[in-house]
Amino acid sequence: MVPLNYYLVLSGVLFAIGTAGVFLRRNLITVLLSIEIMLNAVNLTFVAVGRYLGTVDGQIITFFVMTVAAAEAAVGLALVISLFRHRETLNPDAFTALKW
Amino acid sequence: MDVIAFYIFAAIAVVASVLVVGQKNPMHSVMLLITSFGALAGLYVLLDAPFTAVTQIIIYAGAIMVLFLFVVMLLNVPREEPAPPAVSALLGPTGIRIGVILSLLLGAEIVWALSRIGLGWFPQDPAAASVSSVALIGASLFTRHAFAFEATSVLILVAMIGAVVLARREH
Repeated sequence: MVPLNYYLVLSGVLFAIGTAGVFLRRNLITVLLSIEIMLNAVNLTFVAVGRYLGTVDGQIITFFVMTVAAAEAAVGLALVISLFRHRETLNPDAFTALKW
Repeated sequence: MDVIAFYIFAAIAVVASVLVVGQKNPMHSVMLLITSFGALAGLYVLLDAPFTAVTQIIIYAGAIMVLFLFVVMLLNVPREEPAPPAVSALLGPTGIRIGVILSLLLGAEIVWALSRIGLGWFPQDPAAASVSSVALIGASLFTRHAFAFEATSVLILVAMIGAVVLARREH
C-alpha cells in the first residue's frame, strides 16, 4: 500500500503548480484552470487522509468541494465573458477600474 | 504494484498540470487539464474511493471542462498577449517575481512539514479499506450532512442565477 506521505507530497506539488499558474499567467481562462488544479490538489489530500483514517468524511468533503468548484467555474466564466465584452481582452492587467 | 501505479498516475498528473500552466493556447490547456483529472481519478481508485473517481470524471472532466471549452471557443482568443519585454520569468514584473517566490516558499514549507511529521504520524492501517462503499457515503451524506447537502442546492441555484445575470448582454 502506498504511504500517505506520497499523496501529500503529490498534492503539495500540484497545489504549487496551480499557485504558480495563478501568478504567472496573463490569461483569465488559464488562471481559472490553475484554480481548478489547486482545488483538485486539496481534494486529493482530503481523500487520502480520509482513506488512511478509515472514514468516508474525506470523500464527502470532496463532494462538496466539487459542487463549489462547479459554481465557481460557472460564475467565473460568466465574469470572463462579461469582461471580454467590455474590453476585448483576457489580460487581467487590463482590468484596473477598481485599482487605486 | 500499487506504488508503480501511483508513480505512473502521479507523473501524468504533474506533467499535465505543468503543461496546463505552460501552454499558450487555452484550448490545449483545457485538454491537458482533462488528462490531469483522469490521472487523479486513477489515484482515487488506488485510494479505494470509486465514487469520488467516477464523480471526478463525470463532474470535472465532463461538466466543468466542457463549460471551459465552450467559453474558450466562444471568446475565440487562441493566443495570450505577448509578455512584457523581460529577459526571463524571474526578472519580470513584480507579480511574476512574487509568484515564483510564493511557489518556491510553498514547496519548501511542504517539504519541511513532511520531514517534521515523518512517516507513521497517521495510522497506516490497510484494514481500514472497506469503509469506502457508495452506500456508506450516501448514508452519511443524507443523515449527518443533510443540511450541508441541502445548502448545496441553494448554492447551485445562486450560481445559476448569478451566471445568467452576469453574462447577459446589456441593452
